[in-house]
Amino acid sequence: MSKVLMKGNEAFGEAAIRAGCNCYFGYPITPQNEIPEYMSHELPKAGGKFLQAESELAAVSMAYGAAASGGRAFISTSSPGLSLMQEGLGFICSAEVPLVALNVSRGGPGVGGIQPGQADYIQVTRGGYNGDAKIPVFAPAGIQECVDLIYEAFEIADKYRNPVLIFADGMMGQMMEPVELPEKREIVPAEKISELKPWAITGKDNHPGRNVIYSLRMEPNVLEEHVEHLFEKYAEAERELVRYKTQGLEDAEIVFVAFGTMSRLCAEAIELLEEQGIKAGMIRPISLWPFPKKAFDEIGPKTKLVISTELSMGQMIDDIRLAVMNRWPVGLINRTGGIVPSSLEIVERAKKLLEGVK
Amino acid sequence: MKTVFQPTAGMTPVDTSYCSGCSHGIAHRIIMECLEERGQLGKAIGVVPIGCSINAHHFMNVDMCESTHGRAPAIASGIRRVHSDLSKPIFTYQGDGDLASIGTAEIVHAAHRGEKFTTFFINNAIYGMTGGQMAPTTLIGQRATTCVDGRTVEQAGLPLRMCEMLSTIDCAVYVERVMLNNPANVRKAKKAVHTALDIQQAGLGFTFVEFLSACPTNWGLSPVDALKWLETSMAEYYPVGNFKKPEGY
Repeated sequence: MSKVLMKGNEAFGEAAIRAGCNCYFGYPITPQNEIPEYMSHELPKAGGKFLQAESELAAVSMAYGAAASGGRAFISTSSPGLSLMQEGLGFICSAEVPLVALNVSRGGPGVGGIQPGQADYIQVTRGGYNGDAKIPVFAPAGIQECVDLIYEAFEIADKYRNPVLIFADGMMGQMMEPVELPEKREIVPAEKISELKPWAITGKDNHPGRNVIYSLRMEPNVLEEHVEHLFEKYAEAERELVRYKTQGLEDAEIVFVAFGTMSRLCAEAIELLEEQGIKAGMIRPISLWPFPKKAFDEIGPKTKLVISTELSMGQMIDDIRLAVMNRWPVGLINRTGGIVPSSLEIVERAKKLLEGVK
Repeated sequence: MKTVFQPTAGMTPVDTSYCSGCSHGIAHRIIMECLEERGQLGKAIGVVPIGCSINAHHFMNVDMCESTHGRAPAIASGIRRVHSDLSKPIFTYQGDGDLASIGTAEIVHAAHRGEKFTTFFINNAIYGMTGGQMAPTTLIGQRATTCVDGRTVEQAGLPLRMCEMLSTIDCAVYVERVMLNNPANVRKAKKAVHTALDIQQAGLGFTFVEFLSACPTNWGLSPVDALKWLETSMAEYYPVGNFKKPEGY
């Protein structure tokens, strides 16, 4: 397959189409507007349905209806929109319906700004919804990886009957990169849905018995049993879905922990530090939940400092501290508000932090 | 022996969870009878709301899903995107707190898009499941637990008339209000359900049937007095009848 040069947001839409997505629901919000725009003209050509929702509350609800009735649904938004979608996401976890959601995140809190941010880390990994539920979250570092993750996310969502979230910061939505697009999967026709998803509400004629998709459980013991069932799935997800990459941990004095756009800047900073005689390495979490705790066991004996690098005031740092378990001091290099630091800034701040622990 | 009556196969053989004199049972039954008469119990997909009738999926013998509060029209819109075959009836069943308060955006926009599903709106002018709070449809002077001396215009504005509002939307092609107070009106209600489902199946646009319904428990009335109040106070503010229908229906 040859590569094509694509804008991130358009490539993400195309990835969903190639994954056999047959319905997309979205509401305009910057910096992900190219996704609903792309889906509005490309998804119908592929045999799917595009619907612009009246709000993010409606978009996630439409996706729930589509997915509950067996569709392969995709939604996208950016940070404040994700807040509105929390109602639906928690409900969908409870109702056990598969869905793929993409957050092209921006700065916050509140309306915040429209430049790249990673300050939704706690929201996406802990859930902004009520109750005991988990959503697997994957954070790509480039357009190709995001395309591949979206493509795979539909399979993961179907397997676990749970939403899967892709957390791509605004930089990735707006930039262009060469990308190899995956093979097109065919859309499952409505009359075939019940063969693949016997639980879906397709009308009683299509499956044995009667299908009901629900969340309400008034009996506490029944609800507890249901939550325990969900957590059996999440335990499997914690075993199966941990993804990360490491770089130069064996002899690193400094270990950066970074995801998404920040991991690319850290890769540059590592080269610059090496020129100055300082060995640095990196852990790049790809799955943010489940967090790749075991990656920290690969850290070598020379490491003096672990640094969380984030586009927020420091949110992933809590997970890092839990993984580090006081084995190394943990520092923070961050910018927020939509500011992306240069690799030089990371180098200077890393050197200062290193001096502080020597 | 000749069978002169049998319950519709559209209702499951379990007791409902509704109070004495509540209209949900009648509304459930006539909707399910219509689907049975049309041979569509095996094809229908329903969405239940948040409220007393979240339990409807225990009683309505069709494929169903629960909804987040007020979002049933958005959910049904999603279902219709996957199941575009119009011989599959899709419907939402919603109370007045669900539809006329937290879900106003979703119902208005579903109507506005001319969505090919039918909404059955149960208006009993009060929040039932949560215990009798004021609804957007609560009448002026009507007592509720959040307006114990009766609703006032100054404090809470006027009750919202959904049929009147939705009938201003071009793509809402069938809008009718019925009242579940006596056998003659129940028969009229059933006719309205059939008409709405006919129009949905013809793909003409959004269809909406409002049922003026009794909630004796939260109105603080006996079932008989509740029906009287329905006929007088409710029907006076919410006139029964057709607001809009396509030509030929």
